[in-house]
Amino acid sequence: MKMDKVLFGDNQFFAVNHLSDEKSRAQAIRFKDDSAIIRVLDQAIEEGISTFMCTTHDRIANICEYMRNNPDKYRGFKIYPGMPYAHKYANAVTELGIIGTIKQYVPGNIFSTFAKGGMAYLSKDFLKLMEILIDAEMKMFKGISTPVIFIQNVIVDMILGLKAYDAFKAFDEYIRKKYNAEPGYITMNMPALLDALNSIGINNPIICTSINKIGFRMSGGREIYEKYLREKEFRPIAMQVLAAGALKPREAIEYLGNFPKIESVVFGASSKGHIRETKELIEKYL
Amino acid sequence: MLKAGIIGLGKMGLSHAAIVAPHRDVDLVAVCDTSSLILDGIKKFTGIKVYDDYRKMIDSETLDFVIVATPTKFHFPMVKFALEKGIHTFCEKPFSLSIKEGEEMVSLAERNNLVNQVGYHNHFIGTFRELRRLIKNGILGDLVHFTGEAYGPVVTKPKGGTWRSDPGEGGGCLFDYASHVINLIQEIIGRPVSAQGAQLKRIYSRDVEDAVYSLLKLESGLSGILSVNWSDETYRKMSTSITVIGKKGKIICDATELKIYLKEPDSTEKLDRGWTIKYITDLAIPVDFYLRGEEYSAQIDNFVHHVIERKPTEINTFRQALETDRVMEIIMTESKR
Repeated sequence: MKMDKVLFGDNQFFAVNHLSDEKSRAQAIRFKDDSAIIRVLDQAIEEGISTFMCTTHDRIANICEYMRNNPDKYRGFKIYPGMPYAHKYANAVTELGIIGTIKQYVPGNIFSTFAKGGMAYLSKDFLKLMEILIDAEMKMFKGISTPVIFIQNVIVDMILGLKAYDAFKAFDEYIRKKYNAEPGYITMNMPALLDALNSIGINNPIICTSINKIGFRMSGGREIYEKYLREKEFRPIAMQVLAAGALKPREAIEYLGNFPKIESVVFGASSKGHIRETKELIEKYL
Repeated sequence: MLKAGIIGLGKMGLSHAAIVAPHRDVDLVAVCDTSSLILDGIKKFTGIKVYDDYRKMIDSETLDFVIVATPTKFHFPMVKFALEKGIHTFCEKPFSLSIKEGEEMVSLAERNNLVNQVGYHNHFIGTFRELRRLIKNGILGDLVHFTGEAYGPVVTKPKGGTWRSDPGEGGGCLFDYASHVINLIQEIIGRPVSAQGAQLKRIYSRDVEDAVYSLLKLESGLSGILSVNWSDETYRKMSTSITVIGKKGKIICDATELKIYLKEPDSTEKLDRGWTIKYITDLAIPVDFYLRGEEYSAQIDNFVHHVIERKPTEINTFRQALETDRVMEIIMTESKR
């Protein structure tokens, strides 16, 4: 399965700005209504972009609903979901604890879900729990093409740190089997993750990771990232290519051109001009 | 290789485990929690040994250090037990619910020459670190006023039920959110010694405050405002900021940027007159492993480094964290007046 070179991201819609809290607020105000998101998405489509990479934020459900209701307009359009929307869980864990959060987000009654024994039974079957959570997050994409499904970096890097690699294996198998999709991994620790995935027999994985010439959010340093990009076998998607805005688009994307292995770049933008400029640069250098 | 154990596997404990386990200088040999669900998960997916009793873990394993990440009311017995066994200790924030117990932990750690650190991780965010440096260098001249703020969406609906909503266990916005801001004020600007008015407001919680507002007076005589609210859903996640105003200018600092306004240029700092913005991209502390923010790894790197060197850390010591506990007590007392 070939991925598009240009993937349109969603950070700008959900007030994610790694450089400025003030800009975040301005974005939250601008994209208060779903129609504002849809307008920018449509501009991206007009510019020839056909993949939207997004988190499983509650509001994405509304966007998906709109797409289902307008099938002609979105024919051939793909979404790469990234799950979960981490802050939803992080804020819940602060308030409710881990068990409380599971109770809140596992759909239906946990006791009926796990028949006999409820939570006690659950402890024996984490992978079943993972499958239930994946299904819950994927519900909003029903009827929409999702050829690649990602786990977000907070979860990936937590599993990686704890060396709980079997969880990757289970995710990988479940995404292929149940959704007939390619599993993807978002990470802030690309070299370590690739080694871990290779060690359990997951080869040539799709990995979405920060790649920029100032080494921002590239754990372990830029050199090892560059070495892996040159020498190892995987399918990189570059994110945070502008290093949260510290780099100008041209120099940022020109740098990516040094690594022919990079298959795609994910970026977010809120105006037609920026979308066009970035897309043209990606097509020129990649 | 240092041998480490973690007590308490909630959000912070798990996060520490995921950072300590891959650390190049540390072997995470054991973890401890009371939840069989969590322990089963760790046992099943990782090679780490699990215990449901911290005493047993400390007695059975030869540990160089422990990380205590349990609800605050358990810090004292656990930290004390570890220190008495000669184990270097990293403790989550807030440090202690009782000043007397806090003092005992401080003196025990210092007397035994054990490395001690508390998880006020904001000091490992490049922007706050730079703010501290600039303020200590006197870039703003005589200080006039400060504002310390934190807002986030933790409790946004009426409900309760965990230790976070139990004032006796260290729940509430003061201990959880405001402690970070107080600690930043204390270490960057100066030590608060009194509160001239304090409000602990309940918004959605039944038993604890959801917001803290107070006018704090520092040792130096400078006063400023503390404004913290964890029931503000206009924020996507916890957002902490410090504003400092001096006779020569003003700085607004959060985790992403540092906005500096100077009335006159500063040649030693190479800063122009007017606004200069410094971004986290230039100030972030490099780490080998990233989870949720460089600061979480950087604080562990700092602690591990000092354990290896057997040298006390200067950042986030028990003693500094105890000062923050004292300020929280001042605020609580003042709020009841």
